[in-house]
Amino acid sequence: MGDSLSDETLEQTLKQALDQAVGRLRETVDRALRVPYYRDSFARAGIESAEDIRSIADFQRVPFTQKEDLRLNYPFGLFAEPLDNIVRLQASSGTTGKMTVVGYTANDIELWATAMADALRRGGVTPQDIVQVGYGYGLFTGGLGYHYGCEKLGALTIPLSSGNTERHIMFLRDMKSTVLACTSSYALHIADTAAEMGLGPEDFCLRMGVFGAEPWTEAMRTMITQRLGLKSALDMYGLSEIIGPGVAMECAHINGLHMAPYFYPEIVDTWGRIMPPGTQGELVLSSMGKEAFPSVRYRTKDLTTLSYGRCACGFCGWSISRIAGRVDDMLIIRGVNVFPSQIEEAILSVEGIEPHYLIVVDRRGALDYLEVQVEVSGEAVDGISRLEELQQTLQQRIFRILGLAARVRLVEPLSLPRSEGKAVRVRDMRVFDS
Amino acid sequence: MLQLSIFLENAKGRLAQALSVLADLNVNIRALSLADTKDFGVLRLVVDDPERVAVLLKERSFVVKVTKVWFLQVEDRPGGLADVLDKLVERGVIVEYMYGFVEKAGELAQIVLRVRDQALMEDAVGELALGIPQG
Repeated sequence: MGDSLSDETLEQTLKQALDQAVGRLRETVDRALRVPYYRDSFARAGIESAEDIRSIADFQRVPFTQKEDLRLNYPFGLFAEPLDNIVRLQASSGTTGKMTVVGYTANDIELWATAMADALRRGGVTPQDIVQVGYGYGLFTGGLGYHYGCEKLGALTIPLSSGNTERHIMFLRDMKSTVLACTSSYALHIADTAAEMGLGPEDFCLRMGVFGAEPWTEAMRTMITQRLGLKSALDMYGLSEIIGPGVAMECAHINGLHMAPYFYPEIVDTWGRIMPPGTQGELVLSSMGKEAFPSVRYRTKDLTTLSYGRCACGFCGWSISRIAGRVDDMLIIRGVNVFPSQIEEAILSVEGIEPHYLIVVDRRGALDYLEVQVEVSGEAVDGISRLEELQQTLQQRIFRILGLAARVRLVEPLSLPRSEGKAVRVRDMRVFDS
Repeated sequence: MLQLSIFLENAKGRLAQALSVLADLNVNIRALSLADTKDFGVLRLVVDDPERVAVLLKERSFVVKVTKVWFLQVEDRPGGLADVLDKLVERGVIVEYMYGFVEKAGELAQIVLRVRDQALMEDAVGELALGIPQG
């Protein structure tokens, strides 16, 4: 990034952006200080008033907010506005543990829709598009987040929600939807189901996909693009604790996920130390301008890298790389850090294997045992040697990526669970003494 | 000739289950072989109208592949098969797998051969005037 700007100009722009951010983060801290829980934790860090925030270094003294803080304050403890001023509740999808609740004022809803619309526009969605939304509508921010953003953009928005895959396929065909928005695993499921129904890209008018809510790989992007006949498949990032989808998204140039100007990003290591630009670490986000639920240095548990610069699309600001994994998803197997996305990468690099997989971790005696179950595709069947070769190739690829021996088990198609939302890829059967 | 190869997990009752699906579909199995490993097996079948059966099986979520194989008639006596194979090997044919069956009573046994190079096999069959059963 930044090739259109000299390093010096870019540095100046960054300095200006940081100066601006300090002012807006001060407002966020001021707003958070209305909340007793934040007031106490800030006081323990020596921050009594927003006036204490005069630089980014000052802001970096503000304590982190964790998922646990949201749970402790369930349901409304972290709201900075009286319920009277709050017009909407959303809740986390509860992928891990207890649900957390967030609130929005009318201004927040407007800010969210603007962030979404801007992101989608940069990605190439236009008012002429027909957007089929396959994210769940309801407490999950996915459905309504896209819905408001697409409507704000002026696109024809179809609120299909997730589930009922055959109806999705029927709509793709009959409504001639041009954009599909859902999780990447659900997009693949739609493509597979369409193929089973004897339908393919030539029966649809899809040109673009916006996928998110779970980490997905480049190989997966290629596969979905081919199977649905897309011209582009872009990654969207967001989380309810910050606002929902629309926090950051790839533009048509696929040059990192550009972050909306309402969020201030930092990258930290496990101990919360700020990492230099370009280093992979945990993304920490703070909101700028959000009212009901100010986010203050929220630890997202998503792993990425951060950069600042200008993109050919005209965007200038912070961008994150595609999410490499979640701190939570990380499995420690025989002392090695393993992310499901690494295994997915290996699987998609082997022809004859379907992108449906399940990672099973168990303990045999004192040793961790890693098994990867994958579905074979029809082309590979016939020769035992070909199948065994597949098995061995995949084992070798996994070993090369992880430095860890895994046992690959070929299973029949459709025997692994399909997802309509966030995919469940890991079954950890180990029992840890706590 | 075409043969069906079906991928089966090596799980208790899975073979029986597959066979009863074939029975329900009213498919008569003329020849069969089962190759197995610790985790999975491949069931190879010779049936009438293999392409139609393949479609029906796919609809029932089986992984099926239709493969070109060779049917040969060999003399039903000690050394009958060895004679034929020797001649094929001489001509460079590489056999990937094979299985035999005796269809009805008769002088001849039949074998199903899967070879690597189809053209080589075609030449060999022509030169050797090997018996290929009709139908």
